[in-house]
Amino acid sequence: MIQLDDVYYSYEGLYTALRGVSLEIEDGERVAIMGSNGAGKTTLIKHMNGLLRPQRGHVFLDGRDTRNLSVAEMARIVGLVFQSPDHQLFLDSVHKEVVFGLKNLGFTSEEIEDRCASTLEHLGLTGFAERSPFTLSGGERKRVALACVLATEPRVLALDEPTIGQDAQQKDRLAQLLLDLNQKERTVIVVTHDIEFVIEHFPRTVAMADGRIVADGSTSSVLSNDKVIELCSLAHPQVTLAAKALRQSFPEVPERITSMSQIEEVIMGLLEGGTYS
Amino acid sequence: MTLVEFVDFSFKYLEADSLALKHINLKIDPGEYIVVTGPSGCGKTTLCRAINGLVPHFHRGYVGGHVYVDSKDTRNSEVAELATIAGLVFQDPSNQLVTLNVEKEIAFGPENLAVEPKEIRFRVEDLICRLKLEPLRDKHPHEMSGGEQQRVAMAATLALRPKILVADEPTSNLDPQSAQLILDLIADLNRQGMTVLLVEHRLDLVSNEASRLILMDKGSIVADGAPRDVLVQDLCQEIGVGIPKATQVYKQLKRRGVTLGRVPLTGKELAALVKEARQA
Repeated sequence: MIQLDDVYYSYEGLYTALRGVSLEIEDGERVAIMGSNGAGKTTLIKHMNGLLRPQRGHVFLDGRDTRNLSVAEMARIVGLVFQSPDHQLFLDSVHKEVVFGLKNLGFTSEEIEDRCASTLEHLGLTGFAERSPFTLSGGERKRVALACVLATEPRVLALDEPTIGQDAQQKDRLAQLLLDLNQKERTVIVVTHDIEFVIEHFPRTVAMADGRIVADGSTSSVLSNDKVIELCSLAHPQVTLAAKALRQSFPEVPERITSMSQIEEVIMGLLEGGTYS
Repeated sequence: MTLVEFVDFSFKYLEADSLALKHINLKIDPGEYIVVTGPSGCGKTTLCRAINGLVPHFHRGYVGGHVYVDSKDTRNSEVAELATIAGLVFQDPSNQLVTLNVEKEIAFGPENLAVEPKEIRFRVEDLICRLKLEPLRDKHPHEMSGGEQQRVAMAATLALRPKILVADEPTSNLDPQSAQLILDLIADLNRQGMTVLLVEHRLDLVSNEASRLILMDKGSIVADGAPRDVLVQDLCQEIGVGIPKATQVYKQLKRRGVTLGRVPLTGKELAALVKEARQA
């Protein structure tokens, strides 16, 4: 379990990124952290694996204060994938990159090869194993950075903007991989602006603005709140906007429409039956 | 007059086993707003690099065919010269920022082109205002969030007043409202005459403004036309491109025997078409 208790952090004492953040994440949850640029999302997850230590307040990992834990100890529990893959990749082949982390964690060579192969396959990277990450496209490099951390199957996965540069198919693959890991009791935390990705795959959403948590609860309740959308510089999904526009003419259209199948039924009802029930 | 022309252009990076671009033929006219999309690794970034000469002058490799930018063959032109015509915004903004604060970053390009100081000052203030960079004015680019860096990189490129803006996923790190701000600015500049080529996965944000949508797959152009005509094709989903949800709903309704009057690109448009259909 991860607990943050009234955490403050400012960069060089100038720019305050976190202003009293308290948050609990249980084992096995899938949580999305959303918010505007500069809201403190990345600073928050860097506290979860010890890259940053709180200047005020506390962060507890399994009940232990992170001030007393080394980065190495924390890295075994929490795997963090950065927003920019170039901050993370440094070896001359995709295979070496993925193997590097696994070796450090002391897996057997057989297990290393198994995990490496299956993670690459899941992320559509089979065939790139011997390539240098720096010859790959931005989207592909991003998936290599994800593969390195996902292969180690840490108990907690914290991913900063994992869907950037990914096409629809790759996003689906990534979601499936995250759901599979979550089934194995792994906690999955994503920082993202991708509201559709969150609605489809994350039951809980934490909304941040200006270094504070402004809403925390079920994704459907947090993201159907217009105030949260505004504060966090988000945008409603197209289907929600369509439903809102329809509701102005047809009051029978229900609120909180977030999925394609819902809007499809609403439209079929409007066009076929006259009134929608 | 054509601004950019690819003539049977192919390119293979030195280290790669396969071609990044295969026999590309493409004409871009002044004033167009083109969105390029396709699965990751399909050649979109290479296409951008070929327009400002980074391919083949910086990224070396095998070249076939030609790219002409403002009638200059990129093979025989310096990147510095091409950069004044085609302004490129990179996918990862941290690879692009070189100075210590926002003002210097925006002024850096025009200073190197010996633009008048008065004019530089004007461009800097204009872009700081338009891109809402005021709160970042004195911040070091490396202390900024990814999204903030992206806005600064965009400003630095626009300060060069390029004829064509080539932007490789310029909003990927941005929250939706900041992304909208950038996209509105791009649409605005396009209306004022700047040609735009934008690489983007989030077609729900850009399809409505674009005059043309190009779909790439495995180094080739596989569809090219008005956004509605391209997005309605099954090909998009077959190659893994995510089409706007409103368009997806249109296609799904069609399968169920309901055909709306037009292919919608936004949620509002979808709602309007449903109202029309209901009144009919």
